[in-house]
Amino acid sequence: MDLRVEFAGLVLKNPIITASGTFGFGLEFMNFGDLKRLGGIVVKGLSLKPREGNPMPRIVETPCGMLNAIGIQNPGVEAFVRDKLPLLPWRETAIIANLYACTVQEFGELTGVLAGEEGVAALEVNVSCPNVQTGGAAFGQDPTQIRKVTEEVKKRAAGKPVIVKLSPNVTDIGLCARAAQDGGADAVSLINTLLGMAVDIRTRKPRLANVVGGLSGPAIKPVALRCVHQACKAVSIPVIGIGGIVSAEDALEFILVGAAAVEVGTANFLRPDQAFRIVDDLQRVMIKARCEELSELRGSLQLG
Amino acid sequence: MVRNCREVKVREVRFLGAWDVPSDFVELTLENPEWAGYRPGQFAMLRPKHWGLELSWGRPFSISRADADSVTFFFQVVGRGTARLARLQPGDDVIIWGPLGNGFSAPEETPTLLLAGGMGIAPFRGYIEKHPTPEFLRLVFAHRPSLDSYPFAIMSDKVRAEAIQEKSAEDLPMIIERLEAEVAGAAGGIVLACGPLPFLKTIQEAAKVHQVRAELSLERSMACGVGACLGCVCKDGQDKHVQVCARGPVFKADEVHL
Repeated sequence: MDLRVEFAGLVLKNPIITASGTFGFGLEFMNFGDLKRLGGIVVKGLSLKPREGNPMPRIVETPCGMLNAIGIQNPGVEAFVRDKLPLLPWRETAIIANLYACTVQEFGELTGVLAGEEGVAALEVNVSCPNVQTGGAAFGQDPTQIRKVTEEVKKRAAGKPVIVKLSPNVTDIGLCARAAQDGGADAVSLINTLLGMAVDIRTRKPRLANVVGGLSGPAIKPVALRCVHQACKAVSIPVIGIGGIVSAEDALEFILVGAAAVEVGTANFLRPDQAFRIVDDLQRVMIKARCEELSELRGSLQLG
Repeated sequence: MVRNCREVKVREVRFLGAWDVPSDFVELTLENPEWAGYRPGQFAMLRPKHWGLELSWGRPFSISRADADSVTFFFQVVGRGTARLARLQPGDDVIIWGPLGNGFSAPEETPTLLLAGGMGIAPFRGYIEKHPTPEFLRLVFAHRPSLDSYPFAIMSDKVRAEAIQEKSAEDLPMIIERLEAEVAGAAGGIVLACGPLPFLKTIQEAAKVHQVRAELSLERSMACGVGACLGCVCKDGQDKHVQVCARGPVFKADEVHL
């Protein structure tokens, strides 16, 4: 069975991509499966300069999910290009860089560093960060800012596909998806984490040093499916589905509502070979869904 | 601290049985996933196969001991994960990945002081069993619950060992004083410590004052155990965040901020 998917200038051997922040730089998982079997790998969020991230505690397990406030700890884009990228099987599997910055200009500079890297198949733009130039509200909560960032990245991407990763913490996800499309995005991916909080009643303190963090895992899958469904209706560019996917069945749900591919995140913590297991299971589940090709399944949601 | 280069894979193994010690302590034995060559101080992530999606992470435990037939973990019930692990039935399948992390140094013919605080005794059982020159080891074990809650007797049969109990809060200054004196007396050898944070801080400080070589094993909540999630970091000697799972869990006492 051919599981290949082609969209936004990318050719993936299957629609299973690992999500940023949950799969390190891929290298951490080499003992648990053949990275070349994955459709793609979105690496840990990269910033122009190294970042130490937030104070501890940074993670909390919640029912069917988790909260995180890591704060994009990363060695910086140059260290990634120098130390990590050469070790990844980028000729066989799409390596997608995830970009994090706090100003439009910084996003542009970051793109400039990655645009010439042969090993980088595409750029995923994290717009969930606070925009320090406009008072700290996240880029992703303002369609005008989403469009500006997208335009800047697209301008300097030297033809690499640009994927804008959208935040669900907005009133109208369709509007945000359209803003990315208008800015020239080749695809959108969604959803990033939902803002959440947990409290320790014994210490009377928040369980995260950052007070609030991003909720991920199976708990958010229904919200994610709803958002992907709405985004697919709002734009004509491909949509990558993310949010609580732990099985091949989950992946097919997203493809049914119209996703071109999916990203697997928190499931990588259930067990470190989970993404590989989902790839292995995809054929069996497609047969169960009486489907021979993914293209036939994609967007075939029966309404009414 | 020697890095382990053995292959680390996910395996499904059978639960063989538990020794239910008093109160909330559990000694859990699983079919050996061929880890007899692990380095004491290394840990593993455990996740019973029948756990559904409610719990998102495996649970990290230091390997207490391992031989050709089985691997043993020793832990206390503290939350939802450990409570469920304590209820495993023989024959249940458990997904485990490891051995993870680095492990303690084990220099031959070197006076080695093992300082264990409470649950921190777990990795030293295998350390004593595997050490090439156990006659150079000495164990000092500080604990609160009664001594029969811990696998202490089986260890004190093999090496010189003493236990000191904190029966009430008034005993604490005595324990601290004793630990400081033990560390001071270990100059020229090496101190290996595992236990709660205040315990490790006491030992770190004493090691600094008396210039004693020491290694500390840290405990953290972990989501992945393999260095990817960055949820278990501590600060190293350069004040940089490093993963306890991948860069530790054992750190040189002068290269970590507690």
